[in-house]
Amino acid sequence: MTEGADSGPRLVWREAEVLAVVAETASARSITLRVPDWPGHAAGQHVDVRLTADDGYQAQRSYSIASPPEQADIVLTVERVEDGEVSSYLTEETRPGDRLELRGPIGGYFTWTGTLPGPLQLVGGGSGIVPLMAMLRHRANERTRPAARLLSSWRTRDAIIYRDELERLASDDPQLAVVHTLTRESPPGWSGPRGRIDADMLRAFAYAPEQQPRLYVCGPTPFVEAVADALVQLGHAPECIKTERFGPTGDR
Amino acid sequence: MATRGFRRKQPAAAAGRSPPGQYVTPDFPVLSAGPTPRVNLATWSFAIEDPDGRELYRCTWDELRALTASEVVVDIHCVTKWSKLDTRWKGVSFDTLLRAAGVEPPTDYAMAFCDGGYTTNLSVADLRTDNVLIAYEYDGAPLAAQHGGPVRLLVPHLYFWKSAKWVRGFRFMKTNQPGFWETHGYHLRGDPWKEQRYQGD
Repeated sequence: MTEGADSGPRLVWREAEVLAVVAETASARSITLRVPDWPGHAAGQHVDVRLTADDGYQAQRSYSIASPPEQADIVLTVERVEDGEVSSYLTEETRPGDRLELRGPIGGYFTWTGTLPGPLQLVGGGSGIVPLMAMLRHRANERTRPAARLLSSWRTRDAIIYRDELERLASDDPQLAVVHTLTRESPPGWSGPRGRIDADMLRAFAYAPEQQPRLYVCGPTPFVEAVADALVQLGHAPECIKTERFGPTGDR
Repeated sequence: MATRGFRRKQPAAAAGRSPPGQYVTPDFPVLSAGPTPRVNLATWSFAIEDPDGRELYRCTWDELRALTASEVVVDIHCVTKWSKLDTRWKGVSFDTLLRAAGVEPPTDYAMAFCDGGYTTNLSVADLRTDNVLIAYEYDGAPLAAQHGGPVRLLVPHLYFWKSAKWVRGFRFMKTNQPGFWETHGYHLRGDPWKEQRYQGD
């Protein structure tokens, strides 16, 4: 049988060096990696990381790149998953000087570049913010940039990844609005919205369909299903909504 | 290259049944590039087209359901690394559909097309492989929308992006052209046992 033409460049495994590990929250770590001959990436793409045990056993997982294309060393932000074979290693064991195998960049659809017209609407659930953060960091480096809004959902205030940096980005930029909603607590002094992102919250904080935003939704599957459905219900064209889902569905 | 301090957590027994680089999950994860389309069965239809886009066959939901059904129990493997074992599906085999349509494949390749604009390319040989279905039931119940219902392809011997959700038909192709994910860097065929994840694998 014909396997077809191998037209594109082969995605080779590269041995990256861990330069830094930063605790973003209790369960999320940002890992800065120097990747030899990194071909560059677009904001929103991911990499495959491969770990190898002494007995030869290998495990692979995909992680979104958090750093913008302009930055030579890449940053992955990894949230520890309960019983996660790879995420628990990366968040608990990995330290500067370690070597990790990875290949990429992967995924050419859930990407954004500053040259795309129209306001940018990002909707994230939990660690689904990671590829959206790459887009916001990329946007901050652009001389001319469209207006942007981020609406993100978290269980608790302490779970918010990149909170200080997002605050800084928004305070330097009147064209950027960042809104976090909390679903599991209502801490003293919290002025933002509470509860899950639904049609009412999208109506209040996201661009309207008439403003023809480019929509990117990333998060756990039930979150993305609910948000994407609500956006369609509000009148956004389905083909303008790019989604990335991860994690369990609870389906068997 | 051994990774300092990394040890296996997945039971070795499960690992033996999954292709290289995969892990076994009891869950049924969902990956889709856009919103889940909501389909009206009253107006739904399934089409087979020739390479010029001319319709060779079209059937309604009721007509598809009236065709001889097959049931299969198969393992499925997603390129995002999860594998799920012993999944049970019901639907119509490609050959049954072709016989009902009175269509002899005019070429060796076909593009599956779907609600939401998704496409994926397949060889006719892969479509004629055992256990390939135009599937409408999963585990004894109508296929849920987020898993591709009412009707999805099931091509269990290839990575699961080939098992196109919300499928609405096939268009035969003179040459093997890439579909949606194949255009975005994924392998043209996607055999999990050869670990054909991306272009060049």
